Amino acid sequence: MSATNSRHQVTIEADPALPIIRITRDFDATPSELVRAHTEPDLFARWVGPDGMATTILDWDATSGGRWRYVAERDGQTFGFHGCFHEVAADRIVQTFTFDGQPDGVALETLRFDDLGDGRTRLRAQSLVDSFEARDQWLASGMETGIDQGYAKLDALLGGLR
Amino acid sequence: MADDRLSRVFAALADPTRRDMVARLAAGDATVGELADPYDVSVQAVSKHVKVLTDAGLVTQTKDAQRRPCHLEAEVFDLATKWLERYRLRAQARYERLDTVLADLQGGAHAERRRRNRRDGAAS
Repeated sequence: MSATNSRHQVTIEADPALPIIRITRDFDATPSELVRAHTEPDLFARWVGPDGMATTILDWDATSGGRWRYVAERDGQTFGFHGCFHEVAADRIVQTFTFDGQPDGVALETLRFDDLGDGRTRLRAQSLVDSFEARDQWLASGMETGIDQGYAKLDALLGGLR
Repeated sequence: MADDRLSRVFAALADPTRRDMVARLAAGDATVGELADPYDVSVQAVSKHVKVLTDAGLVTQTKDAQRRPCHLEAEVFDLATKWLERYRLRAQARYERLDTVLADLQGGAHAERRRRNRRDGAAS
């Protein structure tokens, strides 16, 4: 993990009224550079996957109405993801996102690139899913303890209070 | 339903006043009146916030004592914030990789400009 830009911290918010996750993060780059890093497959594959996982782009058409598909791989285990680019603009990308392991689930992602001037950009990413349960699973995904253990633990904690 | 509960915890923590109250309760138990003190709002309004925190399981109030101090259920708070923090750290790691890609992109652009400038300089 690079510490060079750690002054730019991610802020995250789980909306109380809607099943939305919002992420905000500043970058020392222009909006057009950020759009390139999100739309050019060679660039995108370099940063999207978790550390230690290799990302392979299988399908990629980063234009409005286009589609994408990639797999992340580690130790022979593969995780596939796919979706559509609804809109690719100079300061905004709207796309869908589905994890192949949960093919019924789909998130609508809106990425906004706000020009802060001086070669800096604020990325505001919003992910909308179809239920609070799906959002909580989303938040818990990739944790050492799975969602079920998380719920079980929460149940136990909250049950003890009643 | 467990997922409703977790959402209640997130919803309870989404409000800045309630986050502030939670931060103060982390330092020690306090009555509703004591919690209301620093805010420019009625005790009644603070009571409503306390009820949201109580319904979410984040805060309990002892029934026996006359003062009924509010107590932060730190384990519930820690679990909920751990979920969010884990997610945040993964996003942070991803965007630090993006920082590197962007720096390379700019380094490449600068190098390209330098090459062009040199070429133009040589031609003129």
